[in-house]
Parts: sequence; C-alpha cells; structure tokens
Amino acid sequence: MTVIPGPFPPVLEVENLCIAYADSSGERRAVHDVSFRINPGEVVALVGESGSGKTTTAQSIIGLLAANGRVERGSIRLNGTDIARWTDRQLDTVRGARISLVPQDPGSSLNPVKTIGSQLGEIFRIHGALRSDEIEARVISLLARVGLSEPALRARQYPHELSGGMRQRVLIAIAIALKPQLIIADEPTSALDVTVQKRILDLIDELRAEYGAAVLLVTHDLGVAADRADRIVVLKGGRIQEQGATGAVLAAPRSPYTRQLLADAPSFTAPLRLAAVRPSIASAPDDIVVVEGLVREFVREGGGSALRAVDDLSFRVRRGTTHAVVGESGSGKTTTIRSIVGFDRPTAGRIAIDGIDVSGLTGEGLRQFRRKVQLVYQNPYGSLDPRQNVLQIVTEPLTNFLGLRRSDREEKARTILARVGLPEEALGRRPLALSGGQRQRVAIARALVLDPQLVVLDEAVSALDVSVQARILDLLDELQSDLGLTYLFVSHDLAVVRQISDTVSVLKDGRLVDGGTVSDVFENPRSDYTRELINAIPGRKRRAAA
Amino acid sequence: MGSMATATAAAVVSEIRVREGRIMSAYLFNRVAQAFFVLWAAFTISFVLLQAMPGDAILIKFQNPDLGLTAQQVAEIRASYAVDSPVPVQYARTIGNFLAGDFGYSVQAGVPVASLLAAHLPATLKLASLGFLLAAVLAGVIAFLSSLAPFAWLRGALQSVPSLFISIPTFWLGIMLIQVFSFRLKLVPVINPGPWQELILPVVTLAVPISAPLAQVLVRNIDEVMTRPFVAVARAKGATRLWVLWRHVAKNALLPTLTIAGVLFGELIAGAVVTETVFGLNGIGGLTERAVGSQDAAVLQAIVVLSALAFVIINLAVDLLYPVLDPRLRTKTGAVA
Repeated sequence: MTVIPGPFPPVLEVENLCIAYADSSGERRAVHDVSFRINPGEVVALVGESGSGKTTTAQSIIGLLAANGRVERGSIRLNGTDIARWTDRQLDTVRGARISLVPQDPGSSLNPVKTIGSQLGEIFRIHGALRSDEIEARVISLLARVGLSEPALRARQYPHELSGGMRQRVLIAIAIALKPQLIIADEPTSALDVTVQKRILDLIDELRAEYGAAVLLVTHDLGVAADRADRIVVLKGGRIQEQGATGAVLAAPRSPYTRQLLADAPSFTAPLRLAAVRPSIASAPDDIVVVEGLVREFVREGGGSALRAVDDLSFRVRRGTTHAVVGESGSGKTTTIRSIVGFDRPTAGRIAIDGIDVSGLTGEGLRQFRRKVQLVYQNPYGSLDPRQNVLQIVTEPLTNFLGLRRSDREEKARTILARVGLPEEALGRRPLALSGGQRQRVAIARALVLDPQLVVLDEAVSALDVSVQARILDLLDELQSDLGLTYLFVSHDLAVVRQISDTVSVLKDGRLVDGGTVSDVFENPRSDYTRELINAIPGRKRRAAA
Repeated sequence: MGSMATATAAAVVSEIRVREGRIMSAYLFNRVAQAFFVLWAAFTISFVLLQAMPGDAILIKFQNPDLGLTAQQVAEIRASYAVDSPVPVQYARTIGNFLAGDFGYSVQAGVPVASLLAAHLPATLKLASLGFLLAAVLAGVIAFLSSLAPFAWLRGALQSVPSLFISIPTFWLGIMLIQVFSFRLKLVPVINPGPWQELILPVVTLAVPISAPLAQVLVRNIDEVMTRPFVAVARAKGATRLWVLWRHVAKNALLPTLTIAGVLFGELIAGAVVTETVFGLNGIGGLTERAVGSQDAAVLQAIVVLSALAFVIINLAVDLLYPVLDPRLRTKTGAVA
C-alpha cells in the first residue's frame, strides 16, 4: 500500500487513464489521459455528452468495461491500491462491497424473473456478509430505508409490478447494502419522470451522508451536476476539458466547451419567449386547435373498471404559436396527441383542427387531414426507415399526397432539407450514417415537406444531447416565424418548455391541472403538482446564485 | 404509486393476484379448446387424404393374383369391411369409434389397431423421451461451456459443434455408432442386448441432431441476455461469471428455447422412424413404415391422431410452463397498468 499524505486520503484516484476499444479496424482510444480524484464523502460529477467517454471511465473503475474495451495506460487507485489491471476474480471481492453501481435504466436493470427480495438479498449471499436467516430482515429494513411502502410485500413482488421510481429505489438499496466507500451513479435518473428524478437524487444525497460514501455522479445534465456535486469534471471526446469546485466551474468556466454547455443547458437559459410577446398572440383570436371535453377510456383486460386515460380535457392553441403539453408518464399526454392526429378515437369530446372535426373523419378524409398535421417523434433512431436514404425519406410523403412529378418532388425535398440545415452531401446517406441531431433534422424535414399547418413534436428533443438540442430548438423557432407554423410540443422537460412555448397545459392522471401562458403558469402555478414540477427542474442552485 | 397508502398496498397486491388468476384460467381454457381443435383438424385432414389415395389396403391384400379371388369376391370382402359406403358415412363412423376408443382393425396384420399400438408404443416412448432428455442435456452443456469458455478459440470451437451436429444424417450416425462402439470397441453388445443396453446407441443417434438447434438457440439467447443491464448490475454486486450465468441468465435464456423445444418434437417423431429402422427396434416408426407400404388406413389414421395428440400435449405443456418461468406472463395487463 502506498502511503498517501494529508488528513483525508482520497477514496479514488484516477491517473492518466487511457482506454481503448478494439473493433474490426484495430484499436480506437475512447478515453485519453483522464485524471481526477474523489475524497471520502465527496460527490464528483463526470459531465459530458454522448461519446464523451464518461460512461467508459465509470465502467473501468468498477471493472465492467465491454469485452472489447481495455485499459491501455494509467492507474485507478482505490484507497491507494491500483485495481486497473486486476483480474475478474480479484475485482469480485471489491465490487458491491467497496464500489457499487446505481445504473441508468431501472426498467431493465433488475432481473425480470426474480423477486425484488432475492435480488437485494443476493448481495449478502455473494459476499457472505450475513447468515442466511438474517438476510430477510435486513432486506426488508433496507427497502423501508429507501422509502418503499410495505417493504415486506415489495420483497415478494417482481420488478414489473413496481414503477420506475420504485425500481430505482431498489437498485439504490442494492448499491448501499454493504456500505461501500464509493457509489458510481451512472445517469441514475435520466430514464425517470422529473418529479421522481428529484426524489431519487435527494435519496442518494441523504444516504451518502448517512453512510459516508463518496459518489461519482455520471450525468449529461449540467443542472443536475450543479445541484448535487462538490466538484465537476467536464469531459468531451474522451478528454478532460476542465475540472474544479462546482461553484468555480459554473461561475467562471475556463474552457470554451464548458461555456458552450452552460449556454445550451435549458435549465440555465433564460426563456426565449417571455420577454417578447409576439404579435400573433395579440392579434385577433384564431384557434387552430380546439379540444373540448376530451375523454378516452380503455377497457382493462381481466375485468375491472375502465381506465380513464384522458378525463375531460379542454384547451385551445392559437395559430402560429407553440403550445406545450406537459406531463409525466401515465398523464395521458400521448393518448391526447394520438387523438389530435387522428390515430385514436376519443370516447367523448370534440377535437377541431383548423375548423375540421377530427372525430368525424374516416377513410380519404382522414388521409387528407393528416397532411395538415404532421408528427416528429422522440426517437430519431426508430422513426426513420433504415433502408431509405435521406432524400427518399423526405420525398415519400409527397408521393402519397401531391400529384407531383418525380423531379418536382425531389426539388421540393431538396429545398426543405437545405432549409433544416442538412448539407447536400448527406442526402444520399442512410439514417445509420447520420448523427442524432441530423436524424432529427431529417424527421423535421419530412414533417414540413407537406406544408402542414400544425406540427406535433412528441418529445422531439428529449433524446438529444444538450448542445444538439439547443441547435434543434433554434431551428424550430426559426421555421416557426418563417413559415407561420403552429407547434404542439409534448414534453416532460419543463426547462425546455419554458424556453420555447407560448402557452402550456399541465396534465396529471389524464386531467388538466394547470394551463395558460407560460409566464402565468411558471410564475403563479395554481396546482401543487405544477409547483412540484417547477421545483424539480435541476440547476436551481445556479439560477439562485446568478 | 410511490405515495400509495400503506393500508391499501396489501389489498392492491392481492387484487393483482386474483386478476392474474382470472386471466390464467381464461388462458388455460382457450389453450385446451385450441388443442381439441388441432386434434380434430389432424384427424379430418388425414382422413380426407387417406380416402383420396387410389386403392386401399383390401385391394392390395386380396387382389394378389396368387390368391385367385374373382372381382366379385373382392367386392364382397370390401363390403364386409364397409369401405364401400359413402365417405361422409365412413367419416362419421370412424370419428365416433375414435371417440369411443376404438381405432379399428388393421387389414394387413389382421388384429385390432389398438393392440398393434400397445405392442409398439412403449419402445418408441422410451426412445423418444430418453432421446429428448439427452438432447436437452447436450444442448445445455454445449451452451453453458461455450459461454464460460475462457478463450475465444475454445468458445468458437464449442459454438461450431451444433452446426456439425445438425449436418450429420441420422442413418449415417446410427451406422457409425454401431460400427465404432459395438463392432470395434465392443462396448455395447449387438446380439441380445439388455433392455437398457439396446437403447443406448439409438438414443444417442436420436439426440444428436435434435440437440443441435436447441444448443444454437440457447447459445444465442445466453449471448443476448448477457448484454442486458441487469447482468451488469449483478456483476457490480460482485457476482462471478458462473453465478450470473446460473442464477440470472439461465432462466431468462430458457424461455425462448422452450418454444423451439415444442416445435422440435416433430423432428423427434421423424428421427424415431429412421432410428428404429437402423437399429431394428420394434416401435411406432417401423409400424408406420409397414402401414404406409400396405396402405393400412386404419393404422395410419391412428398413428396420425396419436402423433397429433403427443404434439398438442407437449406444446400445451410448454405454453403452461411460460408463466411459471416468467412472472410477467402471468398477467397481460402488467405492461399497460
């Protein structure tokens, strides 16, 4: 053991770490000379966008790199012992006991065929930490500690019977079970609803203090890092851009990349719309979307009362503005959208788009109506046909609707693709060869090529990195003022909503709990739920300081 | 959900279990009804096909010139077997007899079909069930070893075993096994073997080609399950590869393999026919072969229905096993709620 000077020897010291992945063309280095340290009880945030090497770095610390990954150089010292080149057998004694992991996606991080209790109890069995007759009691007390009601019952349930937030609590219970010195939390909340996110991060904070563990928080969200971390390490392309105390990095970022990230993060940026009320709102009322008393019920399989997904919902959207529909999973926002675009028939109520009653449409009428209303989906990876090239994807809607000649269709598609900022050379490529931001531009072009009146953006920027997200939001704003488009912006992210919307409807359990202009709703929320949503936006510390 | 009142949590969970039970019994009812439909369809289709064949067992047996029967006499015999009555009448009568457990009379052997089946079924049942068991064990061993193999070359070698197995013809394998183990190594006697000894080589012959697709599917499923996040979580707990494979991956990888196992049962029947012929076993395979040769419709009809019954039972068992292995399948509403 090396002797480390100072009163608080660091729990973790990463020095000149280089990691490479082997692929068909040889080795590609993903992490370059990364060095940082974590002191006992400290929270260090590893911040970066996709491809920054933050997850690779975290995986290497717990020895769970993908099979083709390899630590080329450098050291990972846990309490002074270099574990970078340890075998699996050696690492097995450390994993779970001294370093633990809170994973990214609670939905797939628990074994679907084993009970909660057996998956939590397993960690004691693996390390022989408790006698088998002591395990059950310990499991139940841990489940209670992470805030699950009826812990004895939860222990007998299966993962699919718990909500995402509850599953993440179970995974946190697993991570703290053996009181490790270091908890690696890899995007622990990115798959969760905003209000749940805040509660989960609060819980990690609380347990860290109680158990005296240090936390390596891996996140793409500077807002989360700002609220939770003592120190921030900013990564880009596998290299450290800067690191330092959270306050110092946020107040006076030294690297241009950090400055860019700060400018792009929606939780920090000032709202675009609040200052300038645009003329279209002030002018004569012209509602392109009218939803009145919308109800949608689903029959439950195996009996029971019908499930009311949308319950007496009404709102209006003025032409040329952006209306946000905000809600967490199960709020009924997706069902509402499906009814508006004519994919789903409401049980009761009226929807009129540009004066046309949607629920009365069938066959050809419905098909023609779809021209006016176009959708951009959340996942730019799944919503584009991988076998078509960009030009084909954008030309296809024209083939279905306007009787244009082939050359005219291509001409129109090229114009719109240029308008959304796709370079000419990208037109022949297939979706797989494009970045996430480029794909979303293709999806936007495909929606706009039919000159729609209303564009429904279903979580259209949620899957994108913040800097890409900022560019796409700029593009949407530009297109709206140039083409006079109306947006229906469906999102769970209030920070983004505040940034680009004029009006907003807040949904909870299928009901409208708050609605009105963005400034009204954000400054004078009428429901507790809206207040909770606003409080859950990360980055408050920095906003308060600014 | 998170804020669910403590008092109602227990009620909710027990309500979920009750609903699961209701869904399960409806599911069971549907599956059994389907099974009966499949049996009926197998019976009807085979009946129609056997009727459509030119000639019949009686013509084949009695039109032999050596017997010197006149056309008139053959017609009388046909009438006595009632094969000249209209097809719908025959159909109704046969299905009635089958329901009553009477499979008819074998023209060629001159005994009731039921006693033919009783004589030949036990050998085939023993062969098929042992063959399937060995196939499952072989597949499991190949898949587990290849996933635990420490070196890439060993892993590759183990994973190519199924492709090798699948390309071996059954009759050739049977002959080779007799050559090597009985004649060269003299490990298994060919003359007067014991009741279990005589099964060793046929069971191996039958198991090898059936284990191949099972192993392939199992290897692929294990690889797929290994990439799921919960495996990383289990590793992060400090579990060894073996622990993860045995306690987390195996059950998940087994689910899709079960489906294949049900379908492979058909292969088993086909394989049994060849294997019984090669090893001279007195089973359903040999019986089928002879019945086809002599167009013994009653025997064939019974064998088709029997095979369909076995197929239906195996697949019903597989379907009922799913919810036992995977709690998510106990209720289909789980995904929605």
